[in-house]
Amino acid sequence: MGPRLLALIVKEFLALFRDRKSRLAVIVPPILQLLIFGYAATFDLEHATLAIYNEDSGAFSRDLIGRFERSPAFEVVGYLRSEEEIKPLIDRKGALLVLRVGEQCSANVAQGESCAVQALIDGRNSNTAMLALNYVRSIITDFNEERIEQTTGTSLPARLAIRAWFNPNLESRWFIVPGIVALLAMIVTLVVTALSVAREREAGTFDQLLVTPLRPWEILIGKAMPGLIVGVGEASLIVAAAVYWFRVPLVGDLLTLYPALIIYVLSIIGIGLMISSFSATLQQALLGSFLFIVPAVTLSGFSTPIANMPDFMQALTYLDPMRYFLTIVRRVFLEGAGSEYFWNDLWPMSLIAVATLSLATWLFRHRMY
Amino acid sequence: MKPGPLLRLRGMIRKEWLQVVRDPSSIAIAFFLPLLLLLIFGYGVSLDATNIRMGLVIEQPDTASLSFAGGFEQSAYFAPVRLASIQEAEAALRASAIDGIVWLRHDFGADSLSAQSPPIGVLVNGVDANTARLIEGYVQGIWFGWLEQQAERAGRPLRSPVQLEQRIWFNPQVRSTDFLVPGILAVIMTLIGALLTALVIAREWERGTMESLLVTRISVNEILLGKLIPYFILGMGGLLLSLVMAHVLFHVPLRGSLWLLFAVSALFLWVALGMGFFISTVFRSQFVAALVAMISTFLPAFILSGFIFDIRSMPAFIQGVTYLIAARYYVAILQTLFLVGNVWSVILPNAAALTAMGLFFHGLVYRKTRKRLE
Repeated sequence: MGPRLLALIVKEFLALFRDRKSRLAVIVPPILQLLIFGYAATFDLEHATLAIYNEDSGAFSRDLIGRFERSPAFEVVGYLRSEEEIKPLIDRKGALLVLRVGEQCSANVAQGESCAVQALIDGRNSNTAMLALNYVRSIITDFNEERIEQTTGTSLPARLAIRAWFNPNLESRWFIVPGIVALLAMIVTLVVTALSVAREREAGTFDQLLVTPLRPWEILIGKAMPGLIVGVGEASLIVAAAVYWFRVPLVGDLLTLYPALIIYVLSIIGIGLMISSFSATLQQALLGSFLFIVPAVTLSGFSTPIANMPDFMQALTYLDPMRYFLTIVRRVFLEGAGSEYFWNDLWPMSLIAVATLSLATWLFRHRMY
Repeated sequence: MKPGPLLRLRGMIRKEWLQVVRDPSSIAIAFFLPLLLLLIFGYGVSLDATNIRMGLVIEQPDTASLSFAGGFEQSAYFAPVRLASIQEAEAALRASAIDGIVWLRHDFGADSLSAQSPPIGVLVNGVDANTARLIEGYVQGIWFGWLEQQAERAGRPLRSPVQLEQRIWFNPQVRSTDFLVPGILAVIMTLIGALLTALVIAREWERGTMESLLVTRISVNEILLGKLIPYFILGMGGLLLSLVMAHVLFHVPLRGSLWLLFAVSALFLWVALGMGFFISTVFRSQFVAALVAMISTFLPAFILSGFIFDIRSMPAFIQGVTYLIAARYYVAILQTLFLVGNVWSVILPNAAALTAMGLFFHGLVYRKTRKRLE
């Protein structure tokens, strides 16, 4: 590394860290985001509010309702006495669901018939509604299974032995928190790099940089360095927090994770520099990075599975570097998967990195205002 | 009224408007990004699981095991694959080629006939916990269907003691579009109201043009109003566009009143503008203002508002934090107005909270800007 290049890199770091505000902006927000989103982004429903309307007075329905009262998934917020109470309660979000047990429940069961149970669920948030319904179903299935075995005295022709690999208690935090590594590495790297060229363009110093003896690839390295260091550094911080704070198991190997992380950050730097070269002002660079971040995050599979998207959208996700790194970071964390599984994720990401970085270098010289 | 102040205000609005319209990047934020968000979230970004790749290992194909496997082939949720051995299946699960395994051992059929209750081994990849839980539910359903079928075949029909009837109110088909599209309005309004405004005004402070404005005869009120109005129009324009798309493209029902929706949206936009003004006035640098706006307004509107992640699922501490997020109140009203109707017991408290937040932020901005003059 020549002294020329070294001087440029030092200058780039000084430009980023020179004032206290932007220094803080690179360090504090990611930590806040990690803490808040690490806790907030969860699909596990606990203590869902449940109201019970039991028209039956027999032992059978009491037994069934006891199952719901003891389940950690539900919190009973009230016992209703009439049908008229149901609608206003759900409308004003007083309860997520109402469990209604029919009048003849215990009597029917005594005669070998079925007890009718209604689950009335607030569908305003359809995901929550489905989750709640799933919990209701599994409580009732277990209850039915036991009852059948008790009354018929014979065992069922088969039973299910369900096990989940890699995340035995099915905690969605284990899924979301490693994803935040990918999310924050992208946001921080992109903002830092996108600003670097645009700031100089706005100040008019970029033209001066272009007429120095520095070659375009040297400018590229100089401009890429702060993003690379800050991006990888911050990702490492989050990996550490995921392991020591959120207690997400890191089963895999850091030697598998880091090469992938570096390629990922490089591809983001390429995109950041491209946005930066296209922008005439700082403001355009910021808005441009934003225009990239939002679709990139939503298409990456961070919060909703790619497999559920329509085909044309699934095709778009192949252009999104976050898609690949997200898969890698989650599988390294939870499955302990080694590099041999990731070739199909690594090469497209590398391709994106090479393409965007070369294009950005070319744009340095060919986009002049 | 003297023509002076009005003319000044008009000039101020005109200047702001041109500043927005002439910069392609702010137009992109105001129109292109909302469009993109609506398309992404409108077209079935969903958490449901379909086409689950399930590996079936049947060591001894006989009537019992084949009829069980048949349940997977007929299910709309599963795309089953037959695999020869459990070793092969586990390797496929490790390589993420399949999402789960159903393993029927060679003595399954015989044991089930002699009522020894043989275990059906089910393994799911738990990395995506939400999907895994759905898969478990579907497997349970298939298993129970199979039990009923077996009992019927044996001549003693199985009557499950509890018969569950489920009713999902307001969204019986459980379309996630119906709840994501109203929620995304809050994100879009935050985008235009808070983020874009924070950036543009911070730029004026950064370049010193705000000071030049302050030394003219124009009053603080006029400056603030002159800046408020163009972004307000832009935001309401974004809202209108989104509403048309929600209705025409995604067929999201609007069960409440349209006027109420406009009124509440105007209220929220006013709050968002207050936050945008506040951030830019305090931080005065585009870089910092952008980051702060993103972290304190945009990301919370996405994650802490109840738009995707249900607030009721969050830990108590985070639930407390969400009360500070304006988008939370707006999302609550939106979901209710679109899917339920004019439920005043939801709308009024949330609108009151929004009003209080708006007064707080605009009051602070007014005081802060006035101080600079002295």
